[in-house]
Amino acid sequence: MFVPFLYELRDRGVKVGAQEALSLAQSLGLGLHRGTLDGFYEVARALCVHREQDLDAFDRAFAHHFRGVPDDALALTDELLEWLEQPAAKRRLTELERQLLERIDLAEARERLRARLAEQRERHDRGNRWVGTAGTSPHGSGGIHLTGIKVGEAPGGRGALEMAAERRFRDLRSDVTLDTRQIEVALRRLRAFVREGALDELDVEATIDKTARNGGELEIAMRPPRRSNLRVLLLLDVGGSMDPHAHVCERLFSAASRATHFRELRTYYFHNCVYGRVYESAALIRGVPVLQLLQDCDPSWRLIVVGDALMSPWELQSSGSRWSFGDDSGAPGIAWLAHLAQHFLHSAWLNPEPAVAWYGTAEVIRRVFPMYRLTQDGLLEAVQHLMRGGGRL
Amino acid sequence: MEFRRFRGTDKYLTSSALESAVNCALALERPLLVRGEPGTGKTLLAEAIASALGLRLIHWPVKSTTRAQDGLYVYDTVQRLYDSRFGDGDVKDIRRYIKHGPLGQAFASRDRVVLLIDEVDKADLEFPNDLLHELDRMRFVVTETGDEVIARERPVVVITSNAEKELPDAFLRRCVFHFIEFPEQDLMARIVRVHHPDLDQKLLDQTLRAFYSLRDVDGLRKRPSTSELIDWIAVLRRAGIASVELDAGMPFLGALLKREQDLLAFAEATSRGRRPRA
Repeated sequence: MFVPFLYELRDRGVKVGAQEALSLAQSLGLGLHRGTLDGFYEVARALCVHREQDLDAFDRAFAHHFRGVPDDALALTDELLEWLEQPAAKRRLTELERQLLERIDLAEARERLRARLAEQRERHDRGNRWVGTAGTSPHGSGGIHLTGIKVGEAPGGRGALEMAAERRFRDLRSDVTLDTRQIEVALRRLRAFVREGALDELDVEATIDKTARNGGELEIAMRPPRRSNLRVLLLLDVGGSMDPHAHVCERLFSAASRATHFRELRTYYFHNCVYGRVYESAALIRGVPVLQLLQDCDPSWRLIVVGDALMSPWELQSSGSRWSFGDDSGAPGIAWLAHLAQHFLHSAWLNPEPAVAWYGTAEVIRRVFPMYRLTQDGLLEAVQHLMRGGGRL
Repeated sequence: MEFRRFRGTDKYLTSSALESAVNCALALERPLLVRGEPGTGKTLLAEAIASALGLRLIHWPVKSTTRAQDGLYVYDTVQRLYDSRFGDGDVKDIRRYIKHGPLGQAFASRDRVVLLIDEVDKADLEFPNDLLHELDRMRFVVTETGDEVIARERPVVVITSNAEKELPDAFLRRCVFHFIEFPEQDLMARIVRVHHPDLDQKLLDQTLRAFYSLRDVDGLRKRPSTSELIDWIAVLRRAGIASVELDAGMPFLGALLKREQDLLAFAEATSRGRRPRA
């Protein structure tokens, strides 16, 4: 009965797989859920959720999957009892399950089920899932327990469903926009340390090791110093449709400029689309020709563009019939963007708009730059992409 | 299969969800990963498990320089060099210079132990991945001697993390996860009672009200947590203060707010008269 629930979790972005399913089955087999829905909630949460950002998705899936209406459930009672009495149905059970089932006195089970259903306080929107699927679950007898709503025992008297419905972990979700700290943490992954250059640092560990292995005769080991070797070019779209996102862009900028593990960070601004120039200030003054920028920044720089990629199509495509790359040559925006994307080995576009809004010009730009959402998840993906080998689309 | 269930201790109050997570980890013999705000009792949990189950606790505090190898064993080459020079002991026997780290000790121990890998996120990003194999198989080989250290009794592994860094997926999949939520007022009252059993009810109510409103002040970088509340109450009692009000003159504010910016933010919030809701 929990397999559909696992798929529900997957649908909501909680990455559960066979490993989680097996552990869950094992713990239910061991009775760790104490035969209650609340227990099942706790056990499933401990095993299926691996990071607090997923807790909210888990709660939503749980509330959706295990919600019930007392009226409907009561109508099901007879159906279930019939099933319990019908020997044919039992044939599908394993030996162990049959034994478990037989240990239960039917009359008692019926009484208990009635009592439980009377106690049930939550709504039920999927008919026979509540009692029915529980009954047919691999935990035949346990099924009845699983459907039971524990009322008194839980601390504070709150059931798992209520707790799930409360969605207390909403603030921990990772698909909402970011604060500076989260950005810093994500950017911390964007790093590459190398030892290169002259051997001018005494490697104490290696010296001791070599000397010891050498039977005590001193042997000096030298090494080049470890330096950060990552340079980042940050291009920010400002003004117009980006105004609502100014806050998150600011935070990204402040986190990036505070990061100490970049060898070099350069930030430039543009409006809507990159043409011949990008600008040193957000007020779009002190322009720098893109071609000069490309000369300064070799292809190993990581390029991060932040923008909503929304503009009128003519801004992207506008051009005379003939153009060449030059400061103000009138080359269309898309050509400049493609030029940038091709120059750098690693580039990514961060879009503060939700992915459903990526149509029109955003769709075109997506073909040029790998596009990620400007959220914690998106930023992490983008950073992973920037750290992998060839970053071009 | 039978195992001893964990139900918290006199000194450590648990929630039913936390008990379930601990029992899952015990029954499935998987590491338990605990995350949550600093000061919510992540480290104390391991001590509570150890004392509840009557097991020895091995504490491995992780630092930014800690390597996975340090947890297994260290080959003390310097001692060996020293001995070879000054003629102490048998230099030929490398085993004398192999020192087990916390993980190695936990494996080699005759009895089951609780191993606490504290603040795993402080080390390098790859650190958790480097431990995967050893934690899975509960054995490792000392390359210098060829000896294999195998855990006779799988230790109970508790790993804490401050939620600062994302941990690798492969690592997360192997762990039972629990996120310690910040306690609500009534649970907090019970926790405070454990530490200050004879605290005056009026002072308890006042401190809790002040504490929770303080946590709601906008713009705090580090919101005070359980351990700070308990310390603060201890200070108040020492000083013989019988009542507190949430305002700029709140006594011993420094026990709750540790950053200058936070003190400024608090001063601003109170002076503006926009008192945070009680």
